[in-house]
Amino acid sequence: MYTQALDAHTAEAALLDESALEQRFLARVDAEEKIEPKDWMPVRYRNTLIRQISQHAHSEIVGMLPEGNWITRAPTLKRKSILIAKVQDEGGHGAYLYSAAETLGVSRDQLVEQLLSGKAKYSSIFNYPTPTWADVGAIGWLVDGAAIMNQIPLCRCSYGPYARAMVRVCREESFHQRQGYDLMLHLAQGTADQKRMAQEALNRWWWPALMMFGPSDANSTHTGDSQRWKIKRFSNDELRQKFVDFTVPQAKFLDLAVPDPLLRWNEAKQQHEFGPIDWNEFDQVLKGNGPCNAERIAARRNAHAAGAWVREAASAYAAKHSGS
Amino acid sequence: MNAAVPQAGSEALFRYVLRLGDLSLVLGQRLSEWVGHSPALEEDLGLANIALDLIGQARLLLSYAGEIEGRGRDEDKLAFLREQGAYFNAILAEQPNGDFGQTIVRQVLIDAFQLELYERLAASSDERLAAIAAKSVKEVRYHLRYSSDWLIRLGDGTAESHARAQAALDLLWPYTVELFTEDELDRLMCDNGIAPRLHEVHSAWSARLDAILAESTLKRPADRPHAWHGKRGQHSEHLGYILAEMQYLQRTYPDARW
Amino acid sequence: MEDKRQWPLYEVFVRARGGLDHKHVGSLHASDARMAIDHARDLYTRRQEGVSIWVVPSKAIVASDPTETDSLFEPARDKIYRHPTFYEIPDEVKTL
Repeated sequence: MYTQALDAHTAEAALLDESALEQRFLARVDAEEKIEPKDWMPVRYRNTLIRQISQHAHSEIVGMLPEGNWITRAPTLKRKSILIAKVQDEGGHGAYLYSAAETLGVSRDQLVEQLLSGKAKYSSIFNYPTPTWADVGAIGWLVDGAAIMNQIPLCRCSYGPYARAMVRVCREESFHQRQGYDLMLHLAQGTADQKRMAQEALNRWWWPALMMFGPSDANSTHTGDSQRWKIKRFSNDELRQKFVDFTVPQAKFLDLAVPDPLLRWNEAKQQHEFGPIDWNEFDQVLKGNGPCNAERIAARRNAHAAGAWVREAASAYAAKHSGS
Repeated sequence: MNAAVPQAGSEALFRYVLRLGDLSLVLGQRLSEWVGHSPALEEDLGLANIALDLIGQARLLLSYAGEIEGRGRDEDKLAFLREQGAYFNAILAEQPNGDFGQTIVRQVLIDAFQLELYERLAASSDERLAAIAAKSVKEVRYHLRYSSDWLIRLGDGTAESHARAQAALDLLWPYTVELFTEDELDRLMCDNGIAPRLHEVHSAWSARLDAILAESTLKRPADRPHAWHGKRGQHSEHLGYILAEMQYLQRTYPDARW
Repeated sequence: MEDKRQWPLYEVFVRARGGLDHKHVGSLHASDARMAIDHARDLYTRRQEGVSIWVVPSKAIVASDPTETDSLFEPARDKIYRHPTFYEIPDEVKTL
């Protein structure tokens, strides 16, 4: 549907002045109009969206693995149910996002191929291991918390399908953060072993969570265009600051220590100051040298390869019975 | 408490309800291993859904069992702190996932069983069981739709999928005998109007399977006698590993609440 | 790692409650229509958001051309006599 429209378009557009079209496009974006799949859009806008939406989708899919790791070992039936539902939601989010990306003329198969071949990026955070049950709580509290911060502004992004997918995602995401925090609360108020488990998890996940917001504004390459096109509505540093200010009191309530000796409240600025991020670690993880990069991609590759005969069987059956 | 069974019989009812609950629990646990590793993203969601339903059934049934027993064991104490010989699931549920075909075959065999069983249990003289069954029947109807649709696609798909599905069917079929073998406990439950005659459940199950297998172009394996008694706590080697994983946190931190 | 055959794309429409229209909620991949319904149920109605699902192969959808938006939709704008508020009816006349 959408790819057919694309072909019809290029002929039409060639007749008009390219820069006039771009001006009209920018005016629509400035007026907070939504751009829909068949509308004219600059090639760079289309490509930026494909990259951003697919990266987001890949992150959800890979994100199923670190928490999925604890489903069979969840300590109560209720927690097991909650965790399955959460991971299921993440898969669903991936599906909504691949769906949104496909409206831009790319197929899900192409996107999956990019992920499995290592060409596509996904959020750095999912390359960290979940060695204990407390890590499940830390992910829900911190990682989903950071994701929500990023995702709420995206509900108003200029591209219709992406915005609508994000509205759906955001509705489901707040359950994710709450269950994580609830998990941490039980640990923090539990036995000495549980409390230690919780503190160690916070120590492991705090800095990677801050890195989720991306490089500092000075070093961020894509931000300018993305903000002009209302794909990205706040800068990395703005969102990171907001996250710290929201989360530090939550840690205080848990009576857990944020692993940052330089963290302090700045009364004048009414915000927290925090220590420097290790961008070298961030770069290494993005390059594929994080603790679990290889494992995560291997898991996805194995699932995809092991499932090929199943997908083929379904297609073969459909072909045999089409029209029946 | 249930009036149909005299006090002396509550141990029997306790065991019977555990048979049902443990079947759902172990099968749900097996299915949940697939999350994040399925052949397609949409199948991750589908299998997770079924796992959630099954664990939900297990929670209702184990809670009820704990009440019958009257010793203060709730759903979690029963799920996580029994030793192997005190689980009463039929051993079909604990068989490994294998490939997607094997998982689907195991699912069809148990879904069809649960559907026929729950449909009849909805008329149980035990009100609580009847209510749980009535609720679960709707879920299981969907489970069977999902699993049988897949079995048909695999059986009537490619040569490879047909071969894998047939191999899985041949492997798992012998474990179905245990589902329908009526023992003293089954007879006691039936005599008290609590459970249906297993023979009836078997006929209905058999007819369903015949229809599904025919459409899948798969051959129904011959029945073979077997020596498995999971329903009496005698399990295959697999349950030990399942429990070791499932029970780890509760066993390691005995005084903790989660 | 190419699939022999990709599962086609389906558009999904869900009726949230009796009395409402079916609304487009997104798309998904399935090998056939029956699978598409099952997938739609699992993907779009986990939180009781639906009583009815329609799935349509994406390639069956015919859409209006956005470059013709002006000619398709603009002329309706100045035919305000189609709207009941255009007409001033004397207050004495009831039930109009």
